[in-house]
Amino acid sequence: MSTNDTTAPILSARGLHHSFRHTAALRGIDLDVHAGEVLAVMGPSGSGKSTLLHCLAGVLVPDGGSVTYRPAGRSPLETSALGEPKRARLRLTDFGFVFQFGQLLPELTAVDNVSLPLLLAGTRRAEALRRSSDLLARLGMDGMGAKLPGELSGGQAQRVAVARAMVASPAVLFADEPTGSLDSLASENVLTLMLELVRETGTTVVMITHDARTAAYADREVIVRDGGIGAGYRVSA
Amino acid sequence: MNTSRTLLGLLSLEPSYGYDLKHSYDRYFGAGKALAFGQVYSTLARMVRDELIRALGEETGGGPDRKKYEITAAGQDTVREWLFTPVVPSEHLQSELFAKTVIALLLDDDADRLLDVQRGEHMARMRELTRLKKDADLLQVLMCDHGLFHIEADLRWIDLTSARLIQLKKELQKA
Repeated sequence: MSTNDTTAPILSARGLHHSFRHTAALRGIDLDVHAGEVLAVMGPSGSGKSTLLHCLAGVLVPDGGSVTYRPAGRSPLETSALGEPKRARLRLTDFGFVFQFGQLLPELTAVDNVSLPLLLAGTRRAEALRRSSDLLARLGMDGMGAKLPGELSGGQAQRVAVARAMVASPAVLFADEPTGSLDSLASENVLTLMLELVRETGTTVVMITHDARTAAYADREVIVRDGGIGAGYRVSA
Repeated sequence: MNTSRTLLGLLSLEPSYGYDLKHSYDRYFGAGKALAFGQVYSTLARMVRDELIRALGEETGGGPDRKKYEITAAGQDTVREWLFTPVVPSEHLQSELFAKTVIALLLDDDADRLLDVQRGEHMARMRELTRLKKDADLLQVLMCDHGLFHIEADLRWIDLTSARLIQLKKELQKA
């Protein structure tokens, strides 16, 4: 495990509470994520896994508690206290996202999909395309950049989604069931490539999965039950 | 795993010395748990007695490792029968865990924790097998996958039981 326990966690959640109308999704979660570690978040459907991920990633502001992000070489930020424009900026510059269904833009080619985060962050188009093509090749998609998402297999589309999430060199990659829609072999290929890439770049990963075989790629897992993290169930590799 | 039938299966490929047979077994199926020579030779002796294999004569120098063995026609039939007889799905772990869970509930102890501890153990083994796959050849990858899917099946049972603990406790209290 590449976690350095002597340094402060890159992400810390303290006393997270969140409700949707009258339903409590998070009931006081404390969680530390260390820089460079791959953490699997497991738990039954409706346990609060996705709400936790959204709070950690600054997509949602929790009703109670705090999330602190400690970027390397910059001052810590309490992301849960930031307004949406600042959180949106942070998501663009520091975080990457992969979802169960790649959510690629269907009218854009693979390479254009991958380039998007770079273009939004102000990178020149030629440079964005070059970096995107290189990353697609790194993920075994050499020569497929001109294809539209509809022309790709599920596994290929997820590799494009991984490339898009990683192209801007995020400090943290958030993945919500990244291989949930794939068969075993395609899932293994995508996970292996994704994990090789994040280990190489030292990217921290928070990955939601209900699948134990997927979680086994992580350094450790936490289990979320009824909006809390299962006591006594934190297993390190 | 049926070691005796597996060794017989390897012998059906070609006649072999006990020493070579053990190494073939370890290479394909050992996965860090090499067969003891003693087990190989006692298994070979039993198979000779049962006329599934025969010794091809002894080379000078004595010792059991100097014998070459070949499979008999009855041995070939046994291998075929073994290959195509389905394996009884193992229920050993579930039944032991099931017993532990029920006892814990009867004792009003923490059955949830017991299942969590077992889940942690299973996940640790899955991580180990997943790491092994990284630099493995396809043969080893398939063997690891086999282990991974079996452990996953246990985990699904653990999760479902965990979700049903309250109901299970009520049923036990009624009984």
